[in-house]
Amino acid sequence: MSEPIKRPKRKNPILRTRAPTLPPDRRSRVALGLVRGAALGRLELQRCAGCGAIQYPPREACVRCLSEELEWTVMSGAGELVSETTLHHSQELFFRERTPWRLGLVRLAEGVSLVVHLDERCGPAPSPVTVEAVLDRAGQAALVAKPAGRDTSLADEPKLRDMTSDPRFRKVLVTDAKSPVGQAVVKAVLEAGADLVWAGHCEPWKNPPGWADIARLPKATLVPLDVTDTKSVNELAAELGFKVDIIINTAEHHRTFGLFGRTGVETARAEMETNCFGLLRLAQAFGPVMQSRGADGASSAVAWVNLLSIYALSNFPQHATYSASMAAALSVSQALRAEMRHAGIRVINMFPGPIDDEWNQLLLPPKLAPSAVARAVVGALKGSVEDVYPGDIAQDWLARFRDNPKALERELGR
Amino acid sequence: MKQHEEGSGHEVLGGFTAALATGAIRIVDLTQTLGPDFPSIVMPPEIGQSRPFRMEEISHYDERGGAWYWNNLSFGEHTGTHFDAPIHWVSGRDLPNSSTDTIPVGDLIAPAVVIDCSKESAADADFLLTPDFIKAWEAKHGRIPARCWVLMRTDWSKKSDPAAYQNFDEVGQHTPGPDPDAVRFLLNGRDVLGFGTETIGTDAGQAAHFLPPYPCHYYMHGAGRYGLQCLTNLDLLPPTGSSLIAPPLKILRGSGSPLRVLALVPSNPAGALLP
Repeated sequence: MSEPIKRPKRKNPILRTRAPTLPPDRRSRVALGLVRGAALGRLELQRCAGCGAIQYPPREACVRCLSEELEWTVMSGAGELVSETTLHHSQELFFRERTPWRLGLVRLAEGVSLVVHLDERCGPAPSPVTVEAVLDRAGQAALVAKPAGRDTSLADEPKLRDMTSDPRFRKVLVTDAKSPVGQAVVKAVLEAGADLVWAGHCEPWKNPPGWADIARLPKATLVPLDVTDTKSVNELAAELGFKVDIIINTAEHHRTFGLFGRTGVETARAEMETNCFGLLRLAQAFGPVMQSRGADGASSAVAWVNLLSIYALSNFPQHATYSASMAAALSVSQALRAEMRHAGIRVINMFPGPIDDEWNQLLLPPKLAPSAVARAVVGALKGSVEDVYPGDIAQDWLARFRDNPKALERELGR
Repeated sequence: MKQHEEGSGHEVLGGFTAALATGAIRIVDLTQTLGPDFPSIVMPPEIGQSRPFRMEEISHYDERGGAWYWNNLSFGEHTGTHFDAPIHWVSGRDLPNSSTDTIPVGDLIAPAVVIDCSKESAADADFLLTPDFIKAWEAKHGRIPARCWVLMRTDWSKKSDPAAYQNFDEVGQHTPGPDPDAVRFLLNGRDVLGFGTETIGTDAGQAAHFLPPYPCHYYMHGAGRYGLQCLTNLDLLPPTGSSLIAPPLKILRGSGSPLRVLALVPSNPAGALLP
């Protein structure tokens, strides 16, 4: 176990809130291959289909046989720290603010050498390490070496904590805390050490099972929030937007109709109102004020989580209009990610398969328990990913989608 | 004779507007403010839903429109203080002149009586208005005239907490309303123009379980009569003697509409509202 971080002191209000700086984020197109795996928490490097060589950094052709058939392949991460150095000076603003900075050279078990950010808990070279692909505050792939064989959390390493969106000591807004997933998320982020949760709820006359227990949690504060109502969103943002470190947007409207299953557009419109326009309203109201706090000390504004659906990737015709609204929401979230990246704030999209709730009653298992979705949300915040596909169904769809989107379209339409 | 009638109309209307100016006739607003925070009707989630009131700015003296402020609105026809036209219910589907654009304009201004059920509703959220209760009211205030609004005062509009106003528990809504016999009595025995309430419907909260379900909607609209709901300020009206101005928007084939409901109330000589 690593030493957990301590509660940061409150900020000194006479000092200016620092503006966020980003690590250098220019990458060639081929180098961006690293981010494909890192977004999911995977270390992927180029492997030559011709000669089998693994290479780093990414290049257009194999450095050994000049073949252009390079496949991004998952690495074990096991390796040995060969040498290290400590950076005391940098022309990059981001590193100037953080020096001294420890860098290392690691020889991976697969035989390739990597330049990595070095966890301060790693012993001096030579020593066994585990290399992970993470996302830095600019959203780009970065390689980090942690001590091998130890349960070490990046969030407990003072310099590398920035790679995560650890909810400990942070203030979290859950936009719909009333739904089964919303309730589970409130509990999970509090268990993960959040300072407090603002539990958004609308339609106060509705009192679903479990809601009374959430309302009684000492660190949960109920706040009225209806993402379909611009006035409601703007009022809440005005009241506490400047204190929110993490938004977890659990608000969703889900009906289970095929295209011809429900005459008219009202159901589809309601799904769009919540799933797409709700996100847009939240983005406009909370995005800019969160951007202003991207470097607000150790408990800065840090992350925005959207509960999307695996159906955002490819339409599931049995839930046609819901799928369409989630595809629209995915597109909005990509724009939000591009905006928030400038402040070093991570936008994390969750793509669960069917959740075990009322609206998926007629789908066969496996279905994700709301608590499993909540665990995945917390895992994503503690870790360093931006796209999460929790559960077997989501993993299966993702693999099929990446392999052949057209085939998946046909399969889902059967 | 014809000339006399015209002159009489002039005099009456002139006298009426003069009475408004002097306060001899006062106007009471029976309308809730139409906004997103006022409770909207709850339907089982799997069936069609009424859109709640929503307002989006078009411009606010800004880059979206230089010198002007205006909004786009969206809401279901049955939102806020609203009017139910006969075509709203299946029992009224084939009646002539039964939608908001075709109902006779003569019905849009009409006298009203107010039956005070506020004590009973405070004691029992499921209070039901019965024929006996109506007859007891008539014994004090006189027979309900034909073509007259009957307004059920419950003081429900004074519940500012939306959860208390809706008053749901796990078996549904608990709000007062008329029982089926009362509706039949008002129609067949008194030929009323319509029924108005302070709650979210003209029927009681548990009326889905009555026979027939939703009797006020079923019978009133089946007879070509109207409904008003989410009214307020009924406690400012006298039991008899007031009139309502209640024209819904002229929506093509509309089943109802939010509206402004104004009550005209005669003052006593001291200028206070009666009673």
